[in-house]
Amino acid sequence: MWEYTEKVKDHFFNPRNIGEIEAPDGIGEVGSLACGDALRLTFKLDEDGRIKDARFKTFGCASAIATSSVLTEMIKGMSVEEAEKVTNKDIADYLGGLPEQKMHCSVMGREALEAAIENYRTGGRKKHKLEGRVVCNCFGVTEKEIVRVIRQNNLSSVEDVTNYCKAGGGCGGCRGEIEKIIGQVQNNKIKEAAVSRPAKPHRLTNIQKMQLIQRTINEQIRPALRAHGGNIELIDIEGDKVIVAFREMCAHCKVAEFTLKEVVESRLREFVSDKLYVEEDKQSQERHEHRD
Amino acid sequence: MKVIYFDNNATTQVAPEVFEAMRPYFCEFYGNPSSMHSFGGEVAGKIRQGREQVAHFLGCHPDEIIFTGCGTESNNTAIKGILAAAPGRRKIITSRVEHPAVLQVCRELENQGYTLVEIGVDKTGMLDMDRLEDEIDTETAIVSIMHANNETGILFAIDKIAELAASKGAIFHTDAVQGVGKIKLDLSASPIRLLSLSGHKLHAPKGIGVLYVKKGTRLSPFMAGGHQEAGRRAGTENVAGIIGLGRACELAGEYMDDENTRVKKLRDKLENQIINRCSDCRVNGEAQNRLPNTSNISFEYIEGEAILLMLDREGICASSGSACTSGSLEPSHVLRAMGVPFTAAHGSIRFSLSRYNTEEEIDYAVEKIPPIIEKLRRLSPFTAE
Repeated sequence: MWEYTEKVKDHFFNPRNIGEIEAPDGIGEVGSLACGDALRLTFKLDEDGRIKDARFKTFGCASAIATSSVLTEMIKGMSVEEAEKVTNKDIADYLGGLPEQKMHCSVMGREALEAAIENYRTGGRKKHKLEGRVVCNCFGVTEKEIVRVIRQNNLSSVEDVTNYCKAGGGCGGCRGEIEKIIGQVQNNKIKEAAVSRPAKPHRLTNIQKMQLIQRTINEQIRPALRAHGGNIELIDIEGDKVIVAFREMCAHCKVAEFTLKEVVESRLREFVSDKLYVEEDKQSQERHEHRD
Repeated sequence: MKVIYFDNNATTQVAPEVFEAMRPYFCEFYGNPSSMHSFGGEVAGKIRQGREQVAHFLGCHPDEIIFTGCGTESNNTAIKGILAAAPGRRKIITSRVEHPAVLQVCRELENQGYTLVEIGVDKTGMLDMDRLEDEIDTETAIVSIMHANNETGILFAIDKIAELAASKGAIFHTDAVQGVGKIKLDLSASPIRLLSLSGHKLHAPKGIGVLYVKKGTRLSPFMAGGHQEAGRRAGTENVAGIIGLGRACELAGEYMDDENTRVKKLRDKLENQIINRCSDCRVNGEAQNRLPNTSNISFEYIEGEAILLMLDREGICASSGSACTSGSLEPSHVLRAMGVPFTAAHGSIRFSLSRYNTEEEIDYAVEKIPPIIEKLRRLSPFTAE
């Protein structure tokens, strides 16, 4: 059970300004069914350029509906310039706060508002579009967006960033990257790192190397493959040769060769040793082909 | 407001008869069954009785019953205990739709170097038996497949799978937490080697579980310590819990017909009325081959948590496979494994009944649910005005 404020409950059970304005001055859309929440925001201006009417349609949980409802209430009467300055924190504060894990709902509200304003100004981009380098592939979150939620909400851990914009919440493969971004933005005033990238060791005994390879596969490689319905198994280690077998979806995948080099080998080199190279176990490959 | 409880796959009401049976064993007869004095010895007698009641209900010998703290502990004990006792075999087979109490245990073991195979299901929720048969080999230490799925109620052919496992010398374990007490299960002639059950799913209290271990099965203990449970599970017995579970098993036997007739009828009525009165919804899982108390319905274009909160305001308790948090890409691993599209998976609600539900409650819920669905649909950008 989530602990929602009375204001959140009020806006969820009695949402204001539901619907869509016909021939709106601005329209913004964000999210999708797959992501679990989506919002379509429309607004109309009066003669003085102030927001006269704003309406929403939302698919999502209680806090997604409440933030959408409250957003329409907040921006009514604002000029476009004023509306542009509304941050996700303003929306959350207006509701008397949101549970940490639900802060991404307030970010969704701000993104839809932004897209609607740009649509009003340029006539284009009614959909919230990705700008710049994508860091989280699962949820399609860019570096720019991550930097922004960190700045506006003074975030200091990867977990916070996931709560605010979903980045890192899927396969977890980008969590190291997010940690780096937090470090850059916050100038190394990180509270406590949720994911710590182990410094590459200088010298390893055979046993240590094997354990580190297994750990790297468990923590860095398998989660990324699992997110796509695949899996990997460590078969053997002979000197610097690491023999692995792909399972599930990966076993039938046409780009398995690419995954082997670009994902498995590069991660192992990054975390264990530059000398490592990876080969696929031929025997288990034959077995899988036999089954099909 | 009256609470209408349709969440019995999460937990159940402790039966008043069970509570009465347990009551004297807190303040009055609080002795330790391991003690030498007769005050404790009498308690040991009650534990023996509880063990017999559970064994009688399952159709097994009392010595084959190990009392544990919960279903999760039973699952951990079974899987890790079998692997530890069979060092020559390194392969684990399970299904993609298991409860986390099995699936996460297996994935953790995979990280320790065991080979893990997760068998998929088709869109009706039925297990891919061809693949399963193909994968069970002489390397396989344990096959763990649930009896009934907690989210959809789908039943799996555990006796048949147990035979397949036995033919290759692998041990079969089943997480029967959801099925026990709802449909008849007789272990006397079954090839099942290990079975987990949990007290609070069949009207006993929380904090008591059972692991059935067929005679002649090698199992390393999970908890080390004292000699309790014939050295197979250390720790002072949950005396009242065991007595309560014994009584609950007795009652489950008595109510078995009721579960499969009256409760099933109530479930069918609830399900049919919802489907008839709400547009764009679907029942997840094969209709016939499932628990008599469970119905999993997807309401398209709306989200589960919002539905649950609206139901909650009407006093109706249900649950949703989707926990909408930032980190949940997958709405429900069970529904996604069945290939339920995202449009429907996010809005899935599980109604699970018990013998305490009444026709009036069903009628009330059937009145309240359609307007809630309509209200949320009006908010959704994916439905037409």
